[in-house]
Amino acid sequence: MRHLLAIDDLDRDAIIGLLDGSEYMSEVLAREIPKVPALRGKTIVSLFYEDSTRTRLSFETAAKRLGADTMTFTAGSSSVKKGESLLDTVRTIESMGIDAMVVRHSAAGAPHRIAGWIDAAVVNAGDGRHGHPTQALLDAFTLRRHRGDLTGARIGIVGDVRNSRVARSGIECWDRLGAQITLIGPPTLMPERLDGWPVDVAHDFDAVISELDVVYVLRVQQERIGRALLPSLREYYTRWGLNTDRAERMKPDALVMHPGPMIRGSEIATEVVDGPRSLVREQVANGVAVRMAVLFDLIGSGGLV
Amino acid sequence: MATSAAGDVLVQGGRVVDETGERTADVLIRDGVILEAGPKLTAAGARVVDASDAIVAPGLVDLQVHFREPGREDAEDIQSGARAAALGGFTAVVAMPNTTPPLDDAKVVAAVMEQGRRAACHVTFAGCITKGREGRELAPMGELYELGVRIFTDDGDCVADANVMRRAFEYASALPGAVIAQHAEDPALVAGGHMHEGEWSARLGIPGRPAAAEVTIVARDIALARLTGGRYHVLHMSTAGATELVRAAKAEGLRVTSEASPQHFTLTDAECASFDPVFKMNPPLRSAADRDAIVAGLVDGTIDAIATDHAPHTPQSKELPFEEAPPGMLGVETALAVALTELVETGLLSLSDVLARLSWQPARIAGLDQLGHGLPIAAGNPANICVIDPQNSWVVDAEQSASKSRNTPWAGRKLIGRVRHTIRLGHPVVMNGAITT
Repeated sequence: MRHLLAIDDLDRDAIIGLLDGSEYMSEVLAREIPKVPALRGKTIVSLFYEDSTRTRLSFETAAKRLGADTMTFTAGSSSVKKGESLLDTVRTIESMGIDAMVVRHSAAGAPHRIAGWIDAAVVNAGDGRHGHPTQALLDAFTLRRHRGDLTGARIGIVGDVRNSRVARSGIECWDRLGAQITLIGPPTLMPERLDGWPVDVAHDFDAVISELDVVYVLRVQQERIGRALLPSLREYYTRWGLNTDRAERMKPDALVMHPGPMIRGSEIATEVVDGPRSLVREQVANGVAVRMAVLFDLIGSGGLV
Repeated sequence: MATSAAGDVLVQGGRVVDETGERTADVLIRDGVILEAGPKLTAAGARVVDASDAIVAPGLVDLQVHFREPGREDAEDIQSGARAAALGGFTAVVAMPNTTPPLDDAKVVAAVMEQGRRAACHVTFAGCITKGREGRELAPMGELYELGVRIFTDDGDCVADANVMRRAFEYASALPGAVIAQHAEDPALVAGGHMHEGEWSARLGIPGRPAAAEVTIVARDIALARLTGGRYHVLHMSTAGATELVRAAKAEGLRVTSEASPQHFTLTDAECASFDPVFKMNPPLRSAADRDAIVAGLVDGTIDAIATDHAPHTPQSKELPFEEAPPGMLGVETALAVALTELVETGLLSLSDVLARLSWQPARIAGLDQLGHGLPIAAGNPANICVIDPQNSWVVDAEQSASKSRNTPWAGRKLIGRVRHTIRLGHPVVMNGAITT
């Protein structure tokens, strides 16, 4: 891999290769000293144009566990506001001598543009509504650890799919691994067009909940109400929230996931988040291992010890 | 043999194509006017302009350019834009009023009109429909009309208020030859959108601008044109739905015209998958079905004109993510070649049909025929002429552009057909593909 910009750029074998690598990194993290010198002497910069404490910390932890030096650049929500072009910003940072740039930006395709401008490897850590490939990989890794193969698994993604980069990358990733995906939510939160998407759509959560192996809950935002997408969060929760009643109708071994940050009581009941089906905390823990595998794949040269 | 005078120009060896037909003829020009057009003219002492193996046509006319003056002269100004347009074969262009300040005031319009008269091609100006392009109160349309404004538009923005649009139609009907031109995108439907809403916007996660935003405004405006008897022109029409509405309005006999831009009869929203904002514009690149409908509209005459919507932006303003970059692309230097390549080489339209849409038809919409543009190559007419190499194959190089900006999506593309000379009022402002002024 030269960059990790989108799951679309990876085939099934490449995804499985990264998941296997993540398995190894997970073993490293379980050691007494959870650190290997695989990226010693390498420099990784986090370029975050959008607030994201958890993703940034996850990448920086991953880089440090591999012995890399890390730098952080955080900015307001847009490069325009700063008055400097994105090109000038990234070329300036590259001049400091870096091997990889981890990019989070509120605009779709920002990492793709940066990858065209600099020599360092670029990792997409979330771009607008477009993609979040490491989230998709860590979710696949988490599921694989519980279920083994994802072939035939029915994954329901519930909520604001239209505005979700997590959903877009997840669909691409989990489809390549053989899962069957159902999008669940009101029509106003579904993508306007689904040509070529390997998904079914269900507007009635209750009609499908007992068939799902995984319920993947997305965040729903208050601002959707002002834009005439939802009447109220209360109505949303009634129809599409993962409340305790619905959780009881899930298959006995069905699992619950959420990419965070979550709003308990707006999209998912607190009892479900903290209940036995929930993989929410594991997702966060596995994020570090998966990001280690990605960074090692991109800029690692030596062996792993 | 004509007796020649100092300053005479003889366009020699070409094939004339104009509204009256096609013939082999030389053209002798004196004092900015065509003195004689006919086979095998000679004129001792005249400056000879070689048109062998070339087409001699009326100068091209562009109904929609943005020359950024006043306000953003770092991206383009009237003189640089006019040089680029002359290189593209244009002898007249209509610059849009969405400048800073906007062209809603007689003093500002008088100043730019003066600039436009001494540019490499004639640059005239559209005036705002509303003060400040805010969509509320009418701009001083009568005062602007007296200064030569014929097209009124808030282009860049849509006149969203139906009542304001109605009153604009009514008021302009007292100004002979004036036309109300609309940037037809309902602002509520396109708010926050950056590309065509469809398969690709959904996949890329880029908020969309639905085709319905254009269709609903054109439907409403046609109803208002019917109500008021007003003259209506659809700028840069981009959708199948609007094209169908204009077709029906014309069949009904309403005073409705429309234009399409080279990008909209050629490219589609799939280009946005590159995330390169050179493909970002308003209205956006549409679906293949819309693109095909625009081609069909050009072929059957529903669409009267090809206009470029030449919209320069400095390189740094496009060095941004797609969603943050401003919309617009260059067009005046490539429009003819794109049309020849995509419409004539493919057999969809004849050369004469394309020239109709790039010269005499837009000239009439803007009243520029009254100023001598788009007229037949015949004795007595002002000598506004372009000479075209129809078989010249070339590759677009953005760095060679005469524009101050570089945002052309055609960079690296091979096109067939190129302007050899452009003659403005008898002056060869472009000779052998190079600007002379």
